[in-house]
Amino acid sequence: MENLRHKRWVKGAHFIITFSFLALTVSGFEILMVHPRLYWGKSGNDLTPALFELPISRNYHHGGWEKSVPFFHTAGSPVSAARTYDIFNENGWGRSTHFLAGWFLVLTGLVYLLAGVFSGHFRNNLVPRAKEFRLKLFWQDFVNHFRKQMPAAGKGPRYGLLQKCTYLAVIFFLLPLIILTGMTMSPAITASYPFLLKMFFGEESARTIHFFAAGALLLFLLVHIVMVSRSGFKQNILAITFGK
Amino acid sequence: MKQKFLITRRHAIFAGLTSAGALLLSGCLKKLPPTYGNLLRMGDNLTYLAQRGLLSPKALAMEYSKSDISSFPATGNTNPADPAIKASYSKIYQELQKNDFKDWTLSVEGSVAKPGKYMLGDLKKLGQRTQITRHTCEEGWSAIAEWTGVPLGLVLQSAGILPDARFVSLYGYDNYAESIDLTDAFHPQTILAHTMNGGNLPIQHGAPVRLRVETQIGYKSVKYLQRIVVTDKFVDPAHDVDGGWSWYTGI
Repeated sequence: MENLRHKRWVKGAHFIITFSFLALTVSGFEILMVHPRLYWGKSGNDLTPALFELPISRNYHHGGWEKSVPFFHTAGSPVSAARTYDIFNENGWGRSTHFLAGWFLVLTGLVYLLAGVFSGHFRNNLVPRAKEFRLKLFWQDFVNHFRKQMPAAGKGPRYGLLQKCTYLAVIFFLLPLIILTGMTMSPAITASYPFLLKMFFGEESARTIHFFAAGALLLFLLVHIVMVSRSGFKQNILAITFGK
Repeated sequence: MKQKFLITRRHAIFAGLTSAGALLLSGCLKKLPPTYGNLLRMGDNLTYLAQRGLLSPKALAMEYSKSDISSFPATGNTNPADPAIKASYSKIYQELQKNDFKDWTLSVEGSVAKPGKYMLGDLKKLGQRTQITRHTCEEGWSAIAEWTGVPLGLVLQSAGILPDARFVSLYGYDNYAESIDLTDAFHPQTILAHTMNGGNLPIQHGAPVRLRVETQIGYKSVKYLQRIVVTDKFVDPAHDVDGGWSWYTGI
């Protein structure tokens, strides 16, 4: 059997995307701390009902609002109110770090996608073969992940069935979803591409989907690290860093 | 044989990245905000350049229906007439408010052929626009309201904006200010709003007149407007850049 190794551009993209993902996670968490309330719909704020709130900063459940003034003379009119409370806000560096790291993710991601298509990487290494699509094989691979001794990893892309499916989901679903929902929060981008607001049910819905996609990616990162460790940490790190 | 002048792909990419980096680093493009060597500000400039290059400058931000109008928190400065809040207090504003803003004028200065002061009535004669739009705050929340106002582009045209003009700074009575480029200044939805949800603009939201820039984040929309200055050079009146915030906030 030929001994496949990771290609240079795969290794490069892997590291740039890893570091930008970490920067996006830290800055994204800071941005969430400033307003730890999530909503569903076209808009949402402290004066409208939240889907849920996260107890992650002193901005959680803060009640510092002056008496609210209704805009209209009808029952249940939307209101205006001013803050009596200084909130935690470090979004100056938080937002700019998030978008700078976002550039690295998006640009590297585009190069990776093009290279993946034209080199046959996706076709040869990531898309499961037709004969692999059997429930029995899925079950076998699933069980293998819980054995005391996991099958040792190779030096490159000879991926397992579940591994292939997970990578495909991250590359073609979660990352595009988190990038597009991120862009849906941009007033300038949605002016030129209003379909984004329709596709994700509004700006605040996009923010909530962005949050869950981030959670799913963090879960992937956790499982990925556990699997890398269990199938031979040193070998795997050498393979993705130096291709040895 | 060794080829001395061969340009490899790696060289080309490296040279390209270095020169792009050098441009951003030095801020030598006159139209760009300074970076002071800060990596985050270089990223902000990259976003600015990319959005200006890739997005349509006249594309309208989403407009909503009346039933989408939501509650609206008033944040930042909420009353420049209150002497207890020193940072935003203005004695002139306090006087104007006592007289229900009947004496309010907007001064238009700088790179314009006819600098001068506009009463609210003069402004309204230039033309008006009503829009139900979303205010997106950098904090993460958003709110929808109906605004009526005078497009900033009409005011600049009426004042005879000069060909060397590049940026427009807007100063509020609350000691707050922001500047925008001409793309956003002449955007059809960039208005000087005097009416919110069908009523006079409340004090909390910037009475008597505030800016609305619908293609940027909320903090660009200066409240309590006092003065507009058109410049040929980049001006950062609120110190966004050296205060650690992005000057351009299309995202």
